[in-house]
Order: sequence, then structure tokens, then C-alpha cells
Amino acid sequence: MEMPRPDPAVLARKAQLVSRLRTILADDAIIHDEMETRAYECDALTAYKCPPLLAVLPSTTQEVSDVLRVCHDMNVPVVPRGSGTSLAGGALPTADSVILGVARMNDVLETDYPNRVIRVQTGRTNLSVSGAVEEEEFFYAPDPSSQLACAIAGNIAMNSGGAHCLKYGVTTNNLLGVTMVLMDGTVVELGGAHLDAGGLDLLGVICGSEGQLGVVTEATLRILHKPEGARPVLIGFDSNEVAGACVSDIIKSGILPVAIEFMDRPCIRACEAFAKAGYPDCEALLIVEVEGSEAEIAFQLDKIKEIANRHNPVELREAQDADQAARIWLGRKSAFGAMGQINDYMCLDGTIPVSSLPFVLRRIGELSQKFGLEVANVFHAGDGNMHPLILFDANKPGDLETCEAFGAEILKLCVEAGGCLTGEHGVGVEKRDLMLHQYTAGDLDAQLAVKDAFDPRWLLNPAKVFPLAVTEARRVAA
Amino acid sequence: MKMICPKSEAALAEFVAGADGPLAVTGGGTQGVALSGARVSLCGLSGVELYEPGALTLVVQSGTPVAKIEALLAKENQQLAFEPRDMRVLIGTQGDPTIGGVFATNLSGPRRIQAGATRDSLLGVRYVDGAGQCVKNGGRVMKNVTGYDLVKLMAGSYGTLGILTEVALKVLPRPETVGTLRFVGLTPVQAVAAMSKALGSPYDVTGAAHIPGTEPVTLIRLEGFEASVQYRIAELHAVLAEFGEVHAEMGTDVWRDVRDVKPLHAASGNIWRISVKPSDAPEVLAQLEPEAAMMDWGGGLIWAALPESQDARLAVEGVAGHATLLRGDGFPRFHPESAPVAKLANRLRAKFDPRGILNPGLMR
Ligand SMILES: Cc1cc2nc3c(=O)[nH]c(=O)nc-3n(C[C@H](O)[C@H](O)[C@H](O)COP(=O)(O)OP(=O)(O)OC[C@H]3O[C@@H](n4cnc5c(N)ncnc54)[C@H](O)[C@@H]3O)c2cc1C
Repeated sequence: MEMPRPDPAVLARKAQLVSRLRTILADDAIIHDEMETRAYECDALTAYKCPPLLAVLPSTTQEVSDVLRVCHDMNVPVVPRGSGTSLAGGALPTADSVILGVARMNDVLETDYPNRVIRVQTGRTNLSVSGAVEEEEFFYAPDPSSQLACAIAGNIAMNSGGAHCLKYGVTTNNLLGVTMVLMDGTVVELGGAHLDAGGLDLLGVICGSEGQLGVVTEATLRILHKPEGARPVLIGFDSNEVAGACVSDIIKSGILPVAIEFMDRPCIRACEAFAKAGYPDCEALLIVEVEGSEAEIAFQLDKIKEIANRHNPVELREAQDADQAARIWLGRKSAFGAMGQINDYMCLDGTIPVSSLPFVLRRIGELSQKFGLEVANVFHAGDGNMHPLILFDANKPGDLETCEAFGAEILKLCVEAGGCLTGEHGVGVEKRDLMLHQYTAGDLDAQLAVKDAFDPRWLLNPAKVFPLAVTEARRVAA
Repeated sequence: MKMICPKSEAALAEFVAGADGPLAVTGGGTQGVALSGARVSLCGLSGVELYEPGALTLVVQSGTPVAKIEALLAKENQQLAFEPRDMRVLIGTQGDPTIGGVFATNLSGPRRIQAGATRDSLLGVRYVDGAGQCVKNGGRVMKNVTGYDLVKLMAGSYGTLGILTEVALKVLPRPETVGTLRFVGLTPVQAVAAMSKALGSPYDVTGAAHIPGTEPVTLIRLEGFEASVQYRIAELHAVLAEFGEVHAEMGTDVWRDVRDVKPLHAASGNIWRISVKPSDAPEVLAQLEPEAAMMDWGGGLIWAALPESQDARLAVEGVAGHATLLRGDGFPRFHPESAPVAKLANRLRAKFDPRGILNPGLMR
């Protein structure tokens, strides 16, 4: 992975930087020892590593502002970091950068049930936001599979989604306000507990900007009362086409399930071998979950079963109790673990229009033959967000490169089919160089103009999202 | 006044690039924004590019009339989730609202509280910026985090950053049944308490409005399959027992009135739209003492008719929120921005519209 050359002037001033930061932060909030900065050398995309110059762990918005002002002053790049679970290398440091971690900022600032909002510091983990409102039976809807570990900070930066976003939306649809610090230390408030932020929708731009426009320190999030209940049904088919048609028919029928998950045969087999969930051995599996009272659930599931039956399923299994529901989800939830058991794997995240599903799956099969690597598909079918898992052997020379080339072909295929490179994981460094497949240089220019406006010196989270060649002139001029 | 009506995005781009003065961009002209400059109408960019009911997606040119889109969706039992408001009677305008105008103003209807804002339904845009460049952002799939989200930036920017030419949007199934619970005689404080309780329940409330007056009415909407609506009406009855007698009724008419802000149709003076936290709404309303008013979004949105001399923004001082002047004069249309936000907004404007020719001054 090509990264910009570290700035020797910055490397040379490390000691000076540390001493200035000491006037702002407690000693234990500055990590500059080379052994310890290692802890920040990568995120969950572990193929790429580079220890930062140093890392800081501020506790307040004021400290974040002071740190940024010093870095701005000394021309030091800053990489914001939540929990480091990005799968796109979004939090990958450069050797001349300061990692600014918000992990110590994890307080709940205000819980407001009548207005259905919670305000938190962004270092708080996703799951613990729901945890904070559980006593009143409320929850925070976006639920990435990494929710135990990932922070709201990273969720906002990546506009993360989850299994239930078909009904509840992704992060941007549930984010009402932020406190954010610009690279020059300016603190900006956007939105709040009211539903409509006024003026230009800067909040909407911040969400999904991958830490390149500002450091988000606090967030106001929408919370909801939990549904009365939820129940899945498992439907097996002997072809991907038919499974795809069934998804489309369910959606057209007027039912809006909270989740429709799709697994193909290689994925079903791997999950079954690993988790023994009792899945049928078939070509394609759907897990469809609906919510409501007992009667509402039964009504919706009856309709879904009726639609599925028209497509001659090889298996149709409704959960009769909580235990059976858990078994239906068991395989799906262990998909990543199952793959990890067999092999090293790379998880892709392109989105396609649901209608092109059969075509895309067929092409992926052909590409798999061509590259000589196996691939298993599991994905959020209701919204077309695919997660092809390419299996490779990290110890075999050349396998990672073949895997990356295969992955790039799949993502280009998603774009050709009318979709996009990434549905929820973000571009980071991983998909940076594919951006010109989805957008023209002119389209990217409009995005770079936003970066110019928020971070004119181009110091925040360098070398992510855009191809280096596209940003070079701006970085040099900054 | 002369009006040009380009028939293609390319023609529009060429016109903008060659423009030597301000442009007044209009869709259907129903929002009543008075602008000076050469009039550019989007009526020539009309038509459906793609509609996939099974994927809940629709791609249309920006000048397409909303009525046409709604009719198309109705055939498949689908609808625009955000319930675009028809502002013609309230503002006193004519014309046919276009989908581009709906997204450019980002005014969401009653279902905002459950299905999201107008901008939340927007998946992708094509637009022509102030320099005449054609730009695409987002796409037509429901999940897309590829690059920065300029789709949101375009929504609600009133054509001041770019002229929308094509929009891709998410649609939703149209509910089989609509049921409404109606309370009579609640004070604004009681009404907000009742609406908050309903919205904080598991019963998936899709509308919560209050119309004050001599006989105040509070409305709570439930949508879905018939049996499910009946069930939830019964449950909410019990949850809201403390708020007195309640009537349940079926049908959508009353929600069309809420959507189009009918309680203010006969009012004189200025019309303000105020976004606040629901619990702050009763106090704001008390301070304003409007001639006519309505609370939507469980109290989170106040519509108020005020004398031309009265500044609604004084009532929002000290609480989170903002006020927009939608009809009348005497005050800036938009709430003043904080200094750091204004600085960012101005920098963005300088980038997207370097000559300052797109609806100049409209959002100041
Ligand atoms: C097993 C596994 C499963 C996953 N499942 C999902 C899933 O279902 N859905 C999904 O969407 N993602 C998923 N992810 C990806 C990842 O968890 C998300 O992208 C998550 O939001 C990252 O959060 P984080 O706190 O770990 O961020 P980090 O990895 O620390 O950082 C991510 C990005 O956010 C930026 N950032 C961090 N903090 C700030 C801040 N305060 N201000 C501004 N920018 C900041 C960083 O610079 C970086 O660009 C999964 C990851 C793993 C490992």
C-alpha cells in the first residue's frame, strides 16, 4: 500500500511536540514510547501496519481542541481513532502522524426518554449506548456486528450499518447532532436534540467522512423503544435466482422485515460445519426476521411463508420459541468465525441493486475459478449489501495479492451492476484506489472541495478515501 | 421575465457555465421564494429513469411533478415515505411541486418521526454546480458509504450549491390501513406528554400532531395491516388512559390536513416553521401566542402564524432549535448560523458556487 512519505521535519520535532502536549494532557495520556505506539499500528485491516509518531488519549472536548491546535501549529498530521475495528484501514497511521484516540471519552452525558435521545461522548461503544437505556426498554438501532467493540466515533465516521438497518436505517439516519473539533482547534456544534438541524446539512456530510473533516467528540443519538418481540423464519432454495426473486416478492408484498439475510452454499456449509445450527444443505438460504406482538409476528410470517411457498423452497422453518430463533441466527452470526477457522479471509462490502443479485453471484463464481480462490457469500439481501468472503492463505507467498486482485474485481463488478464499492465499511486505504471506478475525476473534485473547506491544510487522516494521485496537487499546495 | 427551460443536463450545464449574472432556479415554483436573476426552470427535465418496486428504488429527473411520482408508486402500493407537504395553499402559490424542489427544501411531512426526513430517502443525486460542472454523488442502492455524502449536502440547500438534475430515492410500501387516536381538550403540555408517551411505546407511531385552539385536538397515527393497527390502537388506549377520553377513527384525511398545515391556511401574517425538542415546544408556543398554530412530530415541529412585526426567534433563544420564516417578510428566512458554522458554510459556498450566482442570498 503506497502511503505518502513521512515528513522528515515532523519526525525531527517529536521531542518538541511531546513537550508541548505535556502542557495539555496528563502524562499517561501521551504514548510516545516506540514499544507502546505499536498498539496503534493498525486497525482490523491487519494486512497494513505502521506505528504512529505518537498517540494521545484526551478526556474532554477542550483537550481535543488543544491537541489539534498544537498539531495544526506544528504541521503534524492527525489520525482520529475510536476502537480500531475498521475493516478498511480507516485508522491506519502514517509514521509522522499523531493518533488521537477517543477511547477515554466514554461517558453518557444525558439520557432523555421523553424526547427519545441520548447524548454520549463518542468513545463509548455502540452496544453500551443501548446498554445505557436498556432499563427503560429502549435501544440504539444501528447494530454493526462489531457492536461490542466499535465506538460511536467510528460508527459516525464510517456511517456504519447493521443487520436491522432495513427497518431502522444506518448511523446517519439516527444521528441528530455532534460536537466536533476542526483541525485548527475550533469547536463546532451541529444539530442537537431537535429533529432538523438548520441551514446546510453539515451533519449529514460529517457522517461518513472517515475522520477527514473533524474529530467528533460528542453525539446526540435517537433512541427507540424496543419492539414487543421478534422472530425469524429460515427458507432454503435450490437456486440463487429463486432466492433473489423471493426477496423481491416479500418486499413488494408490503411487509417490511427488520432483516433479510442471504447465504450461499459455500457459506452455509462452512457455517454448518462450524456452528452446527442444523441448516439444510442447499444452494441459498434466507433468514427473514419480523417484529411486533405475537399476533403481528404470526400474521407477517404467514404472509412470508405463503410467498416463499410459491417459490418451492426446499426448506421452510419457523422458529417456535426463543431457542429455535437463536439456532436460526446461530449459523449466520458465526459466519465470520467459521471462515476464520478454515482459512484467512478477506471480507468485502460492496452493494448491488437487489435485482442483479443472480447475475452478480454467477460472475463471482466465475471469478473464483479464474483466481483459484474460494469465496463464500453472506449478505443483507433487503438492501443489497454483499459481504463476499474470499478465502486465502496468508502464509502462501502471493496469495494475499491474488486475493486483493480478486476482491478488486468483485467490487468493480458491483459498480458495473449499478451498485457501489462499499455499503458500510468505508473506503479507508483499502478501496481508495478503486474510487475512480465509481466516480469521475470531476465527481471526486466536488468531494475534495469539501475537504478543502473543513481542513484547508489537509492534515486530518491523510491518504484515505481518495487515490493519492488525485489529491497530490492539493496536499502539496496545502 | 424571461425563463429558460433546458431539456437536458448538458444544456443546463452549458447555460450555467456561460451565465453572466444571478440565476433564479425553480422547480414548480410552489415554495414562493422570490428571487432576482435569470429564471431557470427544471420543467424540461422530467421523467422516470428507473423504478424497481422489488428493490424499493426510483430514479427520476428532478423536474418530475410529485403528483406523477405518487400516482406511479400508488399503482404498486408504494409511496414516498417522507410525505412531502403541499405548501401551495399555506404560502399562496400555484404550480406543480416537483421532486427536485422537494429535496432542495428538505421539508419533511408528519412521518418524519418514524420513517426519517426527506433527505433520509435520498440515495443519489446528479447536479450542476455554480461553475457549470455536472457532478454525481451517491447512487441508487440503499447502502452506500463510498466517499463523502454530498447527497445530504444537496438536500435542503435550496439550489444554492448546485442545481439538481436527477435524484435516486428510496420508496416504501403504502400501509394497508391507517388508524388515528383523537384526544380533545388537552393543553400543549398535556399533548406533548401524551405524544411522547405514544412515541416512546413499542407501537410504531407514524404521526403525532396537536392543534391548539378553542377545542384543541391531539392526533396519533398508526399504520400497517388492519389487524395490527386495531391491536395497537387498543394497546395505546390503555397506555394513554390518563389523558382522558379518546376516539379512534380510520382513514387518512386528517393526516393530509396535518401534512399541508391546514390549521394555518386561513391565518394572516407571517408563517414560521420552528424545530425544537418536543419538551421545549409548549413553552415556546406560550411565548409566541400565535394567531394559529400546529405542533407536528410529537411537538418537535411548531407551525405558527405571527404578526409581521413579531420575531419568532426570540422564543427559541436559550433552547436548542431554529426558526424558518416560510411566508412573509421582515426577517431573514433562515436562522442565523453560529460563527464557526457560518465560516464552514461560506467556504463550501465559495467552492460549489464560486461566482455566487445560484439563487444568491436565498439562504442568508
Ligand atoms: C468482526 C467485525 C464485524 C464488523 N461488522 C460490521 C457491520 O456489521 N457493519 C458495519 O458497518 N461495520 C462493521 N465492521 C467495521 C467497523 O466495526 C466499523 O467501521 C466501526 O464503525 C468502526 O468503529 P471504530 O470505533 O472501531 O473506529 P476505528 O476503526 O477506530 O476508526 C474508523 C474510522 O473512524 C475515524 N474516527 C475514529 N474516531 C473518530 C472521531 N472521534 N472523529 C472523527 N473520526 C473518527 C477513523 O479515523 C477511521 O477513519 C466490522 C468490523 C469487524 C472487525
